Amino acid sequence: MSDHPGSKQSPAPGTPAVRTRRFNVSLVWLVPIVAALVGVSMMINNSLSAGPQISISFLTAEGLEANKTQVKYKNVVIGKVTAIALSDDRSKVNATVELDQSAQPFTADDSMFWVVRPRIGANGISGVDTLLSGAFIGADAGHSDKTSKQFVGLETPPPVTYGQQGKRFTLHTDDLGSLDIGSPVYYRRIQVGQVISYQLASDGKGVDVRVFVNSPNDQYVTTDSRFWNASGVDVTLGANGLKVNTESLSSILAGGIAFVEPKYSPNSVPAAENATYALFDDQDTALAPPDGEPRYMRMRFDQPLRGLAINAPVEFLGVNIGKVVSMNLDFDEQKKDFWTVVGVVIYPNRLGKVQAKLIKEWGGEDEARSAELIAGFVKRGLRAQARSGNLLTGQLLISLDFMPNAKPVVFDQNAKPLEIPTVPGSLDKLQEQVQQVVEKISKLPLEAIANNLNSSLGEMSKTLKQVNGEVLPQMRDTLVQTRKTLASANDSFSEDSPERLRLGQAMDEVQRTARSVRVLTDFLSRHPESLIRGRLKDNQPDAYKSTSSSVREPEPEAQP
Amino acid sequence: MSAPPYARDLQLMLCHTCGQVCSQSVHHCPRCDGAVHRRKPNSLTRTWAFLLASLIFYVPANLLPVMYTNMFGSGSENTILSGVYEFWSHGSWDIALLIFIASVVVPCIKFFVLATLLISCQRRSHWAMRERARLYRFIEVIGYWSMLDVIVVALVAALVQFRALSSIEPRMGILFFGLVVVLTMWAAMSFDPRLIWDVEVEDV
Repeated sequence: MSDHPGSKQSPAPGTPAVRTRRFNVSLVWLVPIVAALVGVSMMINNSLSAGPQISISFLTAEGLEANKTQVKYKNVVIGKVTAIALSDDRSKVNATVELDQSAQPFTADDSMFWVVRPRIGANGISGVDTLLSGAFIGADAGHSDKTSKQFVGLETPPPVTYGQQGKRFTLHTDDLGSLDIGSPVYYRRIQVGQVISYQLASDGKGVDVRVFVNSPNDQYVTTDSRFWNASGVDVTLGANGLKVNTESLSSILAGGIAFVEPKYSPNSVPAAENATYALFDDQDTALAPPDGEPRYMRMRFDQPLRGLAINAPVEFLGVNIGKVVSMNLDFDEQKKDFWTVVGVVIYPNRLGKVQAKLIKEWGGEDEARSAELIAGFVKRGLRAQARSGNLLTGQLLISLDFMPNAKPVVFDQNAKPLEIPTVPGSLDKLQEQVQQVVEKISKLPLEAIANNLNSSLGEMSKTLKQVNGEVLPQMRDTLVQTRKTLASANDSFSEDSPERLRLGQAMDEVQRTARSVRVLTDFLSRHPESLIRGRLKDNQPDAYKSTSSSVREPEPEAQP
Repeated sequence: MSAPPYARDLQLMLCHTCGQVCSQSVHHCPRCDGAVHRRKPNSLTRTWAFLLASLIFYVPANLLPVMYTNMFGSGSENTILSGVYEFWSHGSWDIALLIFIASVVVPCIKFFVLATLLISCQRRSHWAMRERARLYRFIEVIGYWSMLDVIVVALVAALVQFRALSSIEPRMGILFFGLVVVLTMWAAMSFDPRLIWDVEVEDV
């Protein structure tokens, strides 16, 4: 009990120490204060960085996992799926996503979300990395000012993201063909864009295809660019041989669109965003100048038009100015005769400069004036003719030409549509000629000729029999005889035959004779006087060595 | 009074470092020159301060992720409790239990025990003094086992670095957790268990 005073006394000497302790106390309490500050700041930071929460609905939750599946934009994680639940009607899956604070733009109303999974398509394979890492949700921030909490996830990745520079265009076509979302758009065979969507036109007639052309190549889309469907393979068999034309292998598989500006467009300007174009079926029709207002005309052909098809070309002096649109058979009750009425459309614009000049001269382009113009042409011999365009396939085309020697016809200027007089086609003429030839051939007395020929052949066989029976054995005998003669001739010339021996002796004799003749001539040449005087003693033939002689005149006489 | 007299009755105190018995008038141990006090200076306040700081840090340590695991490109962040839950749900209940004990049970026991000791000492309670002293020794022993979590994260983050295949990175939570462990150890160190017995002398 006596401890108490002791213990109370003890602080007395340490009074200054107590003061320092009090100062220390506040220092120690700094530790929890700092801890609290750090903790609170962390909490505040955390709560501030907690971004918006959104809900995305998908058809299936395949590959999605709560608290694991991330939301990525350009492969940067911007959020995480926190919960996956079925929608109330069980038709969809709602994924709750907590976005980061920095991902505020992704709540814009037109933001897009899709699940990135491995995909194999005609354009290649994508998302292979997700095989190992698992699927993730791709995101693309929209531009809208309105924000939303509910989004509908896309089932396929959008081909074009918002950040991409470029322009969108609308192409109008009759049918989609083999085009699909993601089909490439080519400019001079370089891929510059792709199809981003398609839908039926508002009236249901045709398809509107939306394409996206990347910057900076979008500047090449000009106001008069022509787009055509570059899908598939274009095989043409022309005068230059077989020509196969295609954009690329992938466009054969996946389809594609190509565009180019026509060569005669000097003052074209880059097209505006969302400009609308027609999508042509092929390059030729795409690059053809615009057809303008069509004019309907009619032609009456009396001969059958086998090989003339709808869309067959109509040519004026070799220039394609239109096409056949209808073919109808007609019948005349009185004459009991059939004929074909062919309806064609003519595009006067295709005449180019000619049309401009004609308009200038005739002062207008209305129906009456053009009818008047055509009447003038008909008077000068304008006639339609069904011509063979291709001898192999027998395809016909309608050709309008001036026939100087055509029979004049009555032309009704007020008829609607105008009816162009016709003449039989070149092939028809040819056919007639061929027919005539065939008729002549059929008129030939073929049977009589054959009979004659038959009897001649009989005669000939008789003659041959005779030759075989009589002439040939005689000939064989003659040949045997000949062989015998030749054998005996051969014997007489053999090595040891007496004839040969005698011949040798005769030859020796001749040799000797020749020598003596030579001696004689030599002697005579030296002593020509011996012809008169006879042989002198000193002029022995063996003395011919002496050279004093100039008598040679008799020699040519003696030689022969 | 068969018991020996109290040190303060003899005006003596013990050097904390070398155990030298010093007179109460000195401030430094004559042998080792260490500072000498009758009791650990300002013990209760310091312990309270460290305990409160560690309690505050315990909140972010549990809420923030401690580890970032990246497997084949798909990354995920785990807090301590979510890691425990994940191990448990994958069937590794033993590992889950180990982590749970090391990182949740042990710190919580320390908070509870230290708070109990502090409150009881401040109220000069005579209740279960022997058991309280035993509790103090217990928390001193188990104190550093909480570092297990920190060491696991440090080791794994250092070892599992296979670039694209998988990688593990530490996150802020483990820093706070480490601070919690260090602060509770400091709190336990700055508590003077002799305060438990001081009431025996001063109060009766």
